[in-house]
Amino acid sequence: MRIKIFVFFVITLLISACNSGDEGKVSNQSASNSFEQNTPKGQASYSDDVSAKNILQVAEGSKDHTTLVAAVQAAGIEHVLVNAGPLTVFAPTNAAFDALPEGTVETLLKPENKSKLAFILTNHAAPGSFNLKALKKEAKKGRKIYTAAGDYLEVKVDGDDVYVGGAKVLASIQTSNGVIDVVDKVILPKEK
Amino acid sequence: MKLLSKTVLLSAAIGFLFILASCGQNGNSSKSGALSKSAAERVFVPPGEYDEFYAFISGGFSGQLTIYGLPSGRLFKIIPVFSLDAEKAYGFNEETKPMLETSYGFIPWDDAHHPDLSQTNGEIDGRWLFINANNTPRIARISLRTFETEEIIEIPNSAGNHSSSFVTENTEYVIAGTRFSIPIPQKDISIEEYKGNFKGTLSFLKVDPETGEMDIAFQILMPGFDYDLTHPGRGKSHGWMFFSTYNTEEANTLLEVNASQNDKDFIAAINWKKAEEFIKEGKYKTMPSKYAHNVYDETSHTATSTMKKGVKVLDASQLPGLVYFLPTPKSPHGCDVDPTGEYIVGSGKLAAALTVHSFTKMLKAIEDKKFDGEAYGIPILNFDAVNAGTVVQPGLGPLHTEFDGKGFAYTTFFISSEVVKWQLGTWKVIDRKPTYYSVGHLMIPGGNSRKPFGKYMVAMNKITKDRYLPTGPEVCQSAQLYDITGDKMELLLDFPTIGEPHYAAAIPASLIKDKSQKIYKLEDNKHPYATKSEKETKVVRNGKDVHIYMTMIRSHFAPDNIEGVKVGDRVYFHVTNLEQDYDVPHGIAMIGARTSELLIMPGQTETFVWEPRQVGVWPFYCTDFCSALHQEMQGYIRVSPRGSNTPLKWSLDGE
Repeated sequence: MRIKIFVFFVITLLISACNSGDEGKVSNQSASNSFEQNTPKGQASYSDDVSAKNILQVAEGSKDHTTLVAAVQAAGIEHVLVNAGPLTVFAPTNAAFDALPEGTVETLLKPENKSKLAFILTNHAAPGSFNLKALKKEAKKGRKIYTAAGDYLEVKVDGDDVYVGGAKVLASIQTSNGVIDVVDKVILPKEK
Repeated sequence: MKLLSKTVLLSAAIGFLFILASCGQNGNSSKSGALSKSAAERVFVPPGEYDEFYAFISGGFSGQLTIYGLPSGRLFKIIPVFSLDAEKAYGFNEETKPMLETSYGFIPWDDAHHPDLSQTNGEIDGRWLFINANNTPRIARISLRTFETEEIIEIPNSAGNHSSSFVTENTEYVIAGTRFSIPIPQKDISIEEYKGNFKGTLSFLKVDPETGEMDIAFQILMPGFDYDLTHPGRGKSHGWMFFSTYNTEEANTLLEVNASQNDKDFIAAINWKKAEEFIKEGKYKTMPSKYAHNVYDETSHTATSTMKKGVKVLDASQLPGLVYFLPTPKSPHGCDVDPTGEYIVGSGKLAAALTVHSFTKMLKAIEDKKFDGEAYGIPILNFDAVNAGTVVQPGLGPLHTEFDGKGFAYTTFFISSEVVKWQLGTWKVIDRKPTYYSVGHLMIPGGNSRKPFGKYMVAMNKITKDRYLPTGPEVCQSAQLYDITGDKMELLLDFPTIGEPHYAAAIPASLIKDKSQKIYKLEDNKHPYATKSEKETKVVRNGKDVHIYMTMIRSHFAPDNIEGVKVGDRVYFHVTNLEQDYDVPHGIAMIGARTSELLIMPGQTETFVWEPRQVGVWPFYCTDFCSALHQEMQGYIRVSPRGSNTPLKWSLDGE
């Protein structure tokens, strides 16, 4: 038995010695014919220390948006939030998610509800950069915000407050690829 | 139990032999053993992974420098250096026009030849790359952080700036030698008076160790030969520079015959430490030469061109000890120094053999005064006293030699279209491999240094004929990648190049990739027309000049509606990219503008000029697909008749 182990060891050693001349990054191409595993998260896996933070990176740094970030990850739409954009994300706070009927978030986070979750989340994203000032202008001109899920969200101004799709905008944060408008409600897509 | 052990041992022994045999094949043979990889596997870089080396290949008559990955042969970028590049607005925008200024005025093109990398202690250090313009003599410096041309300096008293731009082992100097001799200073004389009246110069450009900025420290005035290529001494021969010469006949017409008469031309050995002493002692003449010095400033994103005057010139024929000639057969082209600094290889392009000189023997011959006469006061050393050896009948038309750092040299042969591997010291030919076809230079990463990375060799071919799909009378030139880790060279890959690949330099990606610039910080932008926020945008009229202070961010220009411009105005678009995010450039182009687009990196400001000639409303737009709303990134300028009183106004969404 010991001999067997020794022999195995020697052969392994030889194989590795033999391969050692081929260092570099071309070492694992024989593992699979598909190379998609090299970039599992798409653009979301990229970061550097000089670029301004994008929507996902800003959200990840906010303690009020841990539910949103978890939901984005569960829905597998991280790469959408780091795209060149420009994009506006209406970002419900943790409290907004907590206000949903009990068990809603837990149910949505289940793998079998991934596409439903993605649909709900993309209803919170719109092409273009709409900060508070721009939203007020939209309201004044009677224009609606068209979301990535296909809904039109009404923009209303009440005194100093701005509402989008019934959710109150608490703050606007400029990011590298668009705007995060923090909102106090989850904006559920209209039933069609 | 014993039987079992024997069986195991036996099978182990067989397995052992099998593995050894496979191992031996790896890299040495085209047969695919169980463990050897095919050529395709060895050049394949999977999607999302990086190449092991950056290769910087000269674009020859394109005037540019190209960046490829090795071993994949993938093209990453074309860096504009000596020629206009409409894609990047190089030489078109107001900021980079000064880069192409010379004492002859603005020159839109040149012939880029020999890239070489900066070194520290004889090893490539990944800071800068230098490359020469052959036609209107210049040297450019390219940053290996921004991958942009940062500086171009003109070389006066030179013509056909070919034996350039090679770097000494601590980047003390970049060297530029003249190929064509000319009257120095220039004067109106008969061409037939060439002999004795025409001269060559070898220029030593001091490099600032911090900024990389170049300055002509001195020139050495030489006899009227053609100075073809050069390499620095290193290690023991540090302090010397070796130049190949041809046309020692000093012919001025039909050189293809008249410059091939002498049995031997020379390799000129220049003692530049001695030259420094002569300069200190004041043994130079200052010639009133004019030359442009163009520097691109990274914070103002703008180049300036300064016309300089006067260079210090040392006359080689008047200063004993400065220059010696080493006789070398038949018009040597390549002049290559091995990693130890001991051997100087002269490739007599018409010679039947390769000549190798010994630096040690050269010093002894100088000490012993083993001279065979002189040329214009410069001692000619005795051939046998300096010769280290000869590689006999290696091939036809030897041109250039590189080294693998393991005691082997690789020489290209133009006429016989091959690369020949031979051993230093024994001068024996080890291997030869064909190239397709008519190879010029070759390159091993770190080739001009004490420490080459002897894994790959790239041969650069002048002619491809039937190697690729035909594209009319003009077909591509090419590079070929060889694996040189085994005893035998192995061809792995062909790939086309941009322009003529005269020479190349390569560096392990790990030395530079993490330093690559990602964005320019807006707060550091010192461009005089920078606009750092949409609030600061404006349009200012100054007589017929209209300055638009414009910004761009996903996905609009500010302002995007401008009125009050008139026919006959000169409209300056000063455009700042407000993005502070990696890989988000924006472009801009204006209908009818007689210039290129601008392609502006995050945090950068660039300027183009538009002279409206027709009344109307004219659009401009973003030329780089920047974002999902890129197609919406556009604007209008209203142009009114010359005498009209349309007020100047500008806006974005009515504000």
